[in-house]
Amino acid sequence: MAAAETFYDVIRRQGITRRSFTKFCSLTAASLGLGAGGPAAIAHALETKPRLPVIWMHGLECTCCSESFIRSAHPLAKDVILSMISLDYDDTIMAAAGHQADAILTETREKHAGNYVLAVEGNPPLNEDGMYCIDGGRPFVEKLREMAAGAKFVVAWGSCASWGCVQAAKPNPTHAVPIDKVILDKPIIKIPGCPPIAEVMTGVLSYILTFDQLPELDRQGRPKMFYSQRIHDKCYRRPHFDAGQFVESWDDEGARKGYCLYKMGCKGPTTYNACSTVRWNNGVSFPIQSGHGCIGCSENAFWDQGPFYDRLTNIPYFPVEANADVVGGTAAAIVAGAVAIHAGVTAIRSTIKSGEKTEA
Amino acid sequence: MSRVYTLVKTADAEATPAIERNSVFVYEAPVRTWHWVNAILIVVLIVSGYLIGSPPPTLSGEASAHYQMGYIRFGHFAAAQLFIVASLYRVYWAFVGNEHARQLFYVPFWKRWYWYEALYELSWYLFIVDKPKKWVGHNPLANLAMVVLFTFLSLFMIVTGGALYAQGAGNDTLWMTIFGWVFVIWPNSQEVHTLHHVGMWVMVIFIVLHVYAAIREDIMSRQTMLSAIVTGDRYFRD
Ligand code: HEM
Ligand code: HEM
Ligand code: SF4
Ligand code: SF4
Repeated sequence: MAAAETFYDVIRRQGITRRSFTKFCSLTAASLGLGAGGPAAIAHALETKPRLPVIWMHGLECTCCSESFIRSAHPLAKDVILSMISLDYDDTIMAAAGHQADAILTETREKHAGNYVLAVEGNPPLNEDGMYCIDGGRPFVEKLREMAAGAKFVVAWGSCASWGCVQAAKPNPTHAVPIDKVILDKPIIKIPGCPPIAEVMTGVLSYILTFDQLPELDRQGRPKMFYSQRIHDKCYRRPHFDAGQFVESWDDEGARKGYCLYKMGCKGPTTYNACSTVRWNNGVSFPIQSGHGCIGCSENAFWDQGPFYDRLTNIPYFPVEANADVVGGTAAAIVAGAVAIHAGVTAIRSTIKSGEKTEA
Repeated sequence: MSRVYTLVKTADAEATPAIERNSVFVYEAPVRTWHWVNAILIVVLIVSGYLIGSPPPTLSGEASAHYQMGYIRFGHFAAAQLFIVASLYRVYWAFVGNEHARQLFYVPFWKRWYWYEALYELSWYLFIVDKPKKWVGHNPLANLAMVVLFTFLSLFMIVTGGALYAQGAGNDTLWMTIFGWVFVIWPNSQEVHTLHHVGMWVMVIFIVLHVYAAIREDIMSRQTMLSAIVTGDRYFRD
């Protein structure tokens, strides 16, 4: 495999036409929000830059990120990106297996040291020295550290790699941790979601591969271009929210009319993701459009911010499952009761006292 | 710094001894005005905040015909911004006002006499001692309650509320610059919502205790309370 091979060479070798290639460039530029010169810049980069190998590893996870990825709405994006990356390593979808597959890891690490992208789906569990996730006879965490050491960029796919997701939900028996707890010295980009939206995944990967740098990240390490606004900010049911028109139960008139799902526990107001703009499955729909609230799948520890179906969620760190109104309301009632009793005692005592005084 | 005067007993070498006088000027006009403006704002914040968490029953008809949630949230945000401004003003007044204006921000935590007096005050509330002492500003126990349950809590509400507001205002706003760090501590803002909501209940508890204590002390203690926060003068009964 010649190191000097460009993306364009690879793409053409896969039988993709020049015409499709330019279309892909325009499409990607548009989805990344690049300006008028965007398509040309992408085309130029892909034609001249040597291909950046991508290694895709799987830790504790459910493979929903891969499932989402291979369903990238635009067939062009899918073909192009897949042809770019399947050349290297992805144990779930590549042809090689066993020692052959492991050999690719070693080869990439040696041949492209410091010059490949490590994409991680899932996360490493740390308990029992990482024994809860064995990959090729070794704890996944060891393999992860090894491959990260030579990587140029690390991509954290999905909520597992980014935040921990379900396996890290309380009480987290395997001590699963997001990858940035293990990989400390590499630039990491987080693409949270359970799974992330396919177009977001391919868009980010295209950006990294073409420009050889990470896109601008926010405070939590997510690409600003896709995670700058909450579902609620762009939700098409938002006018019903502002009006005060809510679904109150799953089969009511409001549900049929498509009112806001806030009272049904929609987490749109606290969730940063592109669902309400990019949508899912070729832009067909997204959960809210299908009548179900957002569960906040791209947010940190969303499993511990339940219930999914109540607006007021349980207080974290509180031993009993109860929301702020239950705990606060009870506490306020107790204090009010104590105040009433105190007032009563005060009144009785002063009556007795004034009685004593008149008697004396 | 602010000092608590005991008029009856000199518990501390620094405390000034009793003066033969039956009224004393405590709260200056700006503090009194702030108190009542602040009280109104907080009531608005509690009512509107509660409704944000549990909105009224759904409205029917065209969405364009209503703006109910919009008005509730507007009320909350408008009161919140005034609350922030009023709080900043109150901090400013702690610097330029008299020493009672500073009590809200200071507890003589490291002074022995302070804890002795606070305990004494607690025994008065628990009916253990029969006669409270006289104080010009807040009594030591009230001082503690004010700083913990009001000042810290207000700061907490401003910080968590400001962070939630920043999410609506947008990532590139001054709000996010000032309050964005909150999401380093609590990355999922649903948690910030919950904590902000718990804060509301703590504020409710403060108000219940505060209003009860103010009225009870006004009747039972050896000095007036309500006059101090209405006209600024406190009268001693004996
Ligand atoms: C939302 C409601 C209220 C809040 C948040 C509140 C808050 C406060 C605060 C922070 C102070 C201390 C002022 C300072 O040290 O500068 C204070 C003092 C005072 N407040 Fe309120 N207040 C509220 C309602 C009321 C009401 C309804 C009354 C009347 C019954 C009242 C009576 C007083 C009195 C008498 C003082 C002076 C206490 C003293 O002399 O030691 N407050 N309040
Ligand atoms: C004593 C002061 C305050 C009280 C009692 C209060 C109370 C509340 C409550 C109960 C909620 C509903 C939380 C939920 O369950 O989602 C809320 C929401 C909110 N509050 Fe406050 N708040 C106070 C001050 C502030 C301040 C200073 C700000 C700053 C701008 C603020 C901004 C917000 C925002 C942005 C929301 C979320 C609104 C939404 O999601 O639509 N609050 N508040
Ligand atoms: S359905 Fe959810 S995201 Fe949409 S407006 Fe209502 S609360 Fe916001
Ligand atoms: S709408 Fe919410 S829960 Fe659904 S996929 Fe998007 S971020 Fe995840």
